Amino acid sequence: MAFLDIEHLEKSFGQTKVVKDFNLNIDKGEFVSLLGPSGCGKTTVLRMVAGFETPSSGDIRIDGRDVVDLRPNQRNIGMMFQAYALFPNLTVAQNVGFGLRVAGVAKSEAAERISEMLDLIGLPDLGARYPFQLSGGQQQRVALARALAVRPRVLLLDEPLSALDAKIRVSLREEMRAIQRRLGITTIFVTHDQEEALSMSDRVVVMHQGIAEQCGTPFEVYNRPATRFVANFVGTLNTFEADVTDGASGRVRVAGHDLTLGRALPAGRVTLAARPEMISLGAHPGRETSLTGRIIDVHFLGSVIRLRAEVGGATLAFDTFNDTDVPPPKVGEDVTLSVAARDLLVIGQ
Amino acid sequence: MNRFWSWAALAFGLLYFILPLWGMVMFSLKMRRGVLSLDAYAKVLGDEQFQATFSYSTIMALFTIAFGVLLVVPTAYWVRLKLPGLRPFIEFVTLLPLVIPAIVIVFGYIRLYNTSSWLPLTGSTMGTNILLMFGYATLSLPYMYRAVDTGLRTIDVATLTEAAQSLGAGWITIMTRVILPNVLVAVLSGAFLTFAIVIGEFTMAALLNRPAFGPYLQVLGANRAYEPAALAVVSFAITWVCMGLIQLFTHFSKHTKAAR
Repeated sequence: MAFLDIEHLEKSFGQTKVVKDFNLNIDKGEFVSLLGPSGCGKTTVLRMVAGFETPSSGDIRIDGRDVVDLRPNQRNIGMMFQAYALFPNLTVAQNVGFGLRVAGVAKSEAAERISEMLDLIGLPDLGARYPFQLSGGQQQRVALARALAVRPRVLLLDEPLSALDAKIRVSLREEMRAIQRRLGITTIFVTHDQEEALSMSDRVVVMHQGIAEQCGTPFEVYNRPATRFVANFVGTLNTFEADVTDGASGRVRVAGHDLTLGRALPAGRVTLAARPEMISLGAHPGRETSLTGRIIDVHFLGSVIRLRAEVGGATLAFDTFNDTDVPPPKVGEDVTLSVAARDLLVIGQ
Repeated sequence: MNRFWSWAALAFGLLYFILPLWGMVMFSLKMRRGVLSLDAYAKVLGDEQFQATFSYSTIMALFTIAFGVLLVVPTAYWVRLKLPGLRPFIEFVTLLPLVIPAIVIVFGYIRLYNTSSWLPLTGSTMGTNILLMFGYATLSLPYMYRAVDTGLRTIDVATLTEAAQSLGAGWITIMTRVILPNVLVAVLSGAFLTFAIVIGEFTMAALLNRPAFGPYLQVLGANRAYEPAALAVVSFAITWVCMGLIQLFTHFSKHTKAAR
């Protein structure tokens, strides 16, 4: 039995079922992200764990105890919100100590815990300030300290970084992950940002239309997507239809080129996929298959240049590193691309 | 040219409001023949009836405010949190006292709660006082509800509630430590408006035969010359002090400074 068990969880609003047979087992200290587009049901799952929504059916157990019938204030679950949700009438220290006061913790112990939490988030001198006197990043740090001060069994993060600037978002997610590791607190993180999910999580659950499409480590989800949706949603993916010419040896014909994937394939047509980094501009050791195409788009992204080329009627996106000595190809230029056929993914439905 | 007309309009407006007040103040100071004096004020403020009726109305106002806060804050909060679809209906209900005259309300009360009814509130002084307080609360409902609802609009009620719940807080803690402190300025605005309404209210107090300040004003106005003018100035001063206090509380509310 895992520390947090979610089994056959379902939620309907009227006739609309927003979460369908959701199952997830999280070990103590694990950091799991729920990743998906808006309206996929990830926040609803989080809110059911927190107790703010009542499941239509299913079980939620924390440390073996069913919590579905417990009110939110009885679950001992910490939560961070996208909108910070600091109490405007209380100072930073009072915000952090709010849960301790509610729990009736002695004043001296509470003061000690508040100081410890402010040290943890790197804001030891801001206890007397009000939330409006803090930046967005500082407010979210205080929200984290407030959630952790009561030593919750589970920490829920509802898109806590979405309202922050890109730079602060990156630094804060690293800090949050470091604090989570240090405290060993079981955490569920909801986000629609795949970079956040992949960089922070032990495991990622990709959700679509109320269903958990895939659950795995970031490496598995990115490199071995289980469904077409996961393949498309996580990272950039080139997909193209291919005719299987020899199923036993995995030979296919795609965009006018014959490729051997080296694994058995079903007869007929299959969908192949390649990440941009699987495709190289020019010859590349280990990538034996050459494709010829024409550049149709060049996007300079700084350290990386993203190119799009038309290859036998299909459009492929691929990346090349910025090199000051080698300018990127121009639009309309003919190029040779290389790919390792064995790396191509065969996408299921 | 435009500037001239702007100033002219402002001057006209100020004269329109200030001249009658000026006239009233001057009249209230002319009780002693030939000189300006505060005799009328001294007579009014020294009158035992004034002290009794003003004290009575002040106490009634405080009870009305307490009752209004207890009724309106949780209602407006719950409607915003759980029943947002009912907001137009609740707003309509709270506006009714503006279109239903106080005399209709008080006659309804008398018919419903007279000594031969199932709840004979008018049969005792305490019962009548309670009935009058309910009446005052009804009259001030549009102002109190709007003030509190506007205050609630400035905070994220749902998220703050959930944040407090996730920290272990129950409903009473949420109301008293999270919601009420954050709408305190709005509640005080509603409270001062309620105070001003109660102090000047005549119809309900007169028909329920209670010794309030409004009926005293009327009796005095019918029998004296200078004292009613002095009392009117005192009433204005009370209203202005209330308005000034609203501004003062808004200005010194620490945690709302960022929003301004």
